[in-house]
Amino acid sequence: MTRACMAALLSHWRRNPMQLFAFLAGLALATALWSGVQAINAEARASYDAAAATLGEGQFDQVVPKTGDSIGQQDFVELRRAGWLVSPVLDGRFEGVRLLGFDPLSSPAGFGVGQVAQTSDLTAFLDPGQIYANATTAARLQTEIELVIDPAIAPGIAVGDIGVVQRLLGRDDLSRLLLQPVQSMARPDLDDVAPGLRLQGANQTADMGELTDSFHLNLTAFGLLSFAVGLFIVYSTIGLAFEQRRGLVRTLRALGVPLRRLVSLMLIELLLLALVGAGLGIVLGYVIAAILLPDVAVTLRGLYGTEVAGTLQFRASWWASGLAIAVLGAFAAAGGRLWQIARMPLLASARPRAWAMTSGRMQRVQAAVAAALLLCAAGLLWGGSGLLAGFALLGFFLIGAALALPVVVHPLLRYAENLARTPANRWFWADTRQQLPGLSLALMALLLALSANIGVATMVSSFRQTFVDFLDQRLASELYVEATDAAQAATIETAMAGQGVTVLPLLAVDAQVERLPARLFGVRVGPTYRDNWVFLDALPDAWDQVEAGEAAVANEQLARRADLWVGDQIDIAPGQSLPIAAVVADYGNPKGQVVVAETLFRHLHPDITPRQFGLRTQDPQQLRGVLMDDLGIADNAVTDQSAIKAFSLQVFDRTFTVTAALNVLTLAVAGFAMLMSLLTLADLRIPQLAPVWALGLTRRKIGQLELMRAVVCAGLVCLFALPVGLGLAWVLLAVINVEAFGWRLPMFLFPGDYARLGLYAILAALAAAAWPALRLARTPPNTLLKVFANER
Amino acid sequence: MNVRAVIFCLLWPIAALAQGFAGLGSDADGFAVPQPGRQFDFPADHGPHPDYRIEWWYLTANLKAADGTPYGLQWTLFRSALAPGESEGWRSPQVWFAHAAVTTPDAHFATERFARGGIGQAGVQADPFRAWIDEWTMEGPDLDTLSLSAQGPDFGYDMALQADGPLVFQGQDGYSVKSADGQASYYYSQPFYSITGILVLPGGPVQVTGSAWLDREWSSQPLSETQSGWDWFSLSFESGEKLMGFQLRQRDGTFYSASTWIDPDGGTTAYPDGAFTAEPVTQSAVAERNVPTTWRVRLPDRGVDVSVEALNTEAWMPLAIPYWEGPVHITGSHDGVGYLEMTGYE
Repeated sequence: MTRACMAALLSHWRRNPMQLFAFLAGLALATALWSGVQAINAEARASYDAAAATLGEGQFDQVVPKTGDSIGQQDFVELRRAGWLVSPVLDGRFEGVRLLGFDPLSSPAGFGVGQVAQTSDLTAFLDPGQIYANATTAARLQTEIELVIDPAIAPGIAVGDIGVVQRLLGRDDLSRLLLQPVQSMARPDLDDVAPGLRLQGANQTADMGELTDSFHLNLTAFGLLSFAVGLFIVYSTIGLAFEQRRGLVRTLRALGVPLRRLVSLMLIELLLLALVGAGLGIVLGYVIAAILLPDVAVTLRGLYGTEVAGTLQFRASWWASGLAIAVLGAFAAAGGRLWQIARMPLLASARPRAWAMTSGRMQRVQAAVAAALLLCAAGLLWGGSGLLAGFALLGFFLIGAALALPVVVHPLLRYAENLARTPANRWFWADTRQQLPGLSLALMALLLALSANIGVATMVSSFRQTFVDFLDQRLASELYVEATDAAQAATIETAMAGQGVTVLPLLAVDAQVERLPARLFGVRVGPTYRDNWVFLDALPDAWDQVEAGEAAVANEQLARRADLWVGDQIDIAPGQSLPIAAVVADYGNPKGQVVVAETLFRHLHPDITPRQFGLRTQDPQQLRGVLMDDLGIADNAVTDQSAIKAFSLQVFDRTFTVTAALNVLTLAVAGFAMLMSLLTLADLRIPQLAPVWALGLTRRKIGQLELMRAVVCAGLVCLFALPVGLGLAWVLLAVINVEAFGWRLPMFLFPGDYARLGLYAILAALAAAAWPALRLARTPPNTLLKVFANER
Repeated sequence: MNVRAVIFCLLWPIAALAQGFAGLGSDADGFAVPQPGRQFDFPADHGPHPDYRIEWWYLTANLKAADGTPYGLQWTLFRSALAPGESEGWRSPQVWFAHAAVTTPDAHFATERFARGGIGQAGVQADPFRAWIDEWTMEGPDLDTLSLSAQGPDFGYDMALQADGPLVFQGQDGYSVKSADGQASYYYSQPFYSITGILVLPGGPVQVTGSAWLDREWSSQPLSETQSGWDWFSLSFESGEKLMGFQLRQRDGTFYSASTWIDPDGGTTAYPDGAFTAEPVTQSAVAERNVPTTWRVRLPDRGVDVSVEALNTEAWMPLAIPYWEGPVHITGSHDGVGYLEMTGYE
């Protein structure tokens, strides 16, 4: 009996292959985007973990400099001699690769790079030395030192003995010291041995996972949005399939199949279908992730300086979660229907209840839910704080707006109906209104996709415009030179002064400001700064005060994180506090920055010499020649302004490739949802259309009206999506961005882009409606006639 | 990181003792090789000899607290060269490591340190004498007057030593042959220290006094490839006489032994292979292996026939290179105390 029942249930899909396709494709698309995003996140997280392990971050307490990023080697020896069990680490960049030196003899057990030292040939590792890196990183390195491929080393990082790395980097200092977890009985205070150093707990190190969380949360939100859109398709397909099978269920039960068994079989059927759909989705998700991952890697490198492997691995963490969420989603979509079946009286009518949901009560409930959600969003906007609250606000706002769509569109259609003159027109509007419940899920999906597109496009374009302006004000110098050492720096400064070129030295040191990691800059205040820097907020004589060493300029990130603003005092060094004269926007930089006058900086950090210089000149080419030929400065140490700008913009553009790609995919899914809704509705509509046909409207005309209807619906959705999308953009720029990155972006409007998007949406709707319309136009007359012969 | 694996491979001369002698040829890779008839030059020879592969400053002490409780103490600094000679900074091929231990009748504490040469973290200087690694030191104006300190996570000590006799040269005027094939080392000792100081133990500090024995040895190829480990005894009898004896266990089941009889005034008599014998009497299960912890030691020429018994059978050194090292007491034809080291027990 079980077998026969199953065959009967499955026969529905055989007779309605389009529904089967819609179900599988909907679930596959939903799962694909979700699991693709998860795959990217998992890969990135794995890279952060590998990096953390390689660097020993989050694993061991560390001894780090109070300011700057350098520890004298003698400090290390003195600490050891005093009984501190520490191990040295040198962290530098070499040919674009992060080069890490450690001492295999003193490094703590469990230190990640120690895998390196599994080598049996420690002699070779120490002298002449070996550098360990994964294959991709190794290919980027040009060195005479032997390279050893080790896949366990995090991407973008190469590891060697501390002495070998010192030689490669031309340094004789250390970056930080790892503290052995087990120390000896007695040791003096750190301050008594090395007053310039401080202890940093393992969990205080800048965790890349944490820093980049906002980015991954963004991706996850996109994934969820796509999943929701995909689930709309599944929901409407299942709804239709179950409606159409009411008769089958009644027949089976009348034949004696117990209800429990029937429901169990339907559950099994659903599980099988869900697994197939999810499996397809995971394969598709893998493809999407593999295509997008290189761009994500560029994004993360550009935004946060973190390295992520460019190749994807098939990790259980993401495909299992994709599978789980797909199956859960399918059951959630089918739950209500199964419940109805379970409670259906044995001899209930087999009549489809597709139109039952037109009831006004349903619409009132929906309106109430929408209003509640929008109220929640407003409440969060007013009282919420934190990134999660920002995303919750976003979620409430979007879903609320989506649910409100039919409520808003309905009266519009009624108004249009009243305006219509001819009976055919009146019927068109009335019929559109009649179809609204059936189409509303697809329309909501389209609304979500369109709003997301408008919102994200507005954000990205606003960001880009701001970024370009920002580059113009910040990169005022025509040439930038980097000196290799203090002597060369002095030579450059003297020589340029002789040429009459304005030299702008850039002094910088890593420091703790207001207990946050930040970079302290010393600048030579002059016209370049006074004319070009645009402050978000400033005292009238900000630069004068800064030049006098009486005030500092803080970047927006730092000001917001430390909850300070113009006029507040900021601690820039132990015991040294200055008022903030101005807050400056600083885009594309995760770190806090404080700018003070050059003289004050030199007083605070006499040991720091400027290595970077901005040069103001009329003729950059000529000056570049002077620098290279007369002063013997390497070509790659001189960068001109336009090259930096071009590079920055290139990084910026690649940064948002992922967002753009996800946008397009979401829109595509929404279009597909519409196609499926129209296709399934088309069969149900025959009884509605037959009387109109009988009254003289040709099938061709009916088809045209169907197309027209799609355009009208899409147009209405577009109109509604514009304010929703702009609202979304505002939330992204003014709420999410501030929480995630620490800066607020001004919002610009791009009407041209919105018009283009609207056109795409209407085209997508036309494309989605074309086939169902064609099918309607070609409905054989006898099918239409049959409507009058019997109910179906 | 797997320090054990690294160090094991790095410090092969010692590792070889525990592991056997696989791959250890008789050539010395450019390292100097001990020759008979060397004229020692002090205090310079108290310092390091970087042209030789391996060298140690090895101090053991038998101690007693005021209540009569016996203790043992070890302080050892090893130098192991990856290549002969010395260079500045991290390029130095000299690797230093050290072991410290305290043995009580019912507990054994042991810890170790590692350091690279060339940067000042560890080293030895002959005059004034100073041997150090991290905060562990053995130093003084000369080798006769020393202060000694070391600590680990759960124990530490701070001692003062005074030598009451001359240096003693082992083997043939300090040339100590280690196998029938002629492997040898330079080897001299200062067995006449009186020692006093404080042991810091989990139960609190303990004031102790006793006697200590310093061994200095360096070589480039200490053992033959047919040997699997050694049992080494330093015995101080109540008569004031002392006996240093070791036997190198060979894979064919035979032994190569050597010993030195030390008179109370420092006069020495070296005995050839076979004169000194040591037979295991009882075995103890220590660190998942059987180790002999009571021995019958004989040197018939001096009428020595004693039972040498571990103060604490659990004196296992669970370090990168594991071995057994602990204080012993002696009964039989002679009574006394001493130290026992056993390597190569798998």
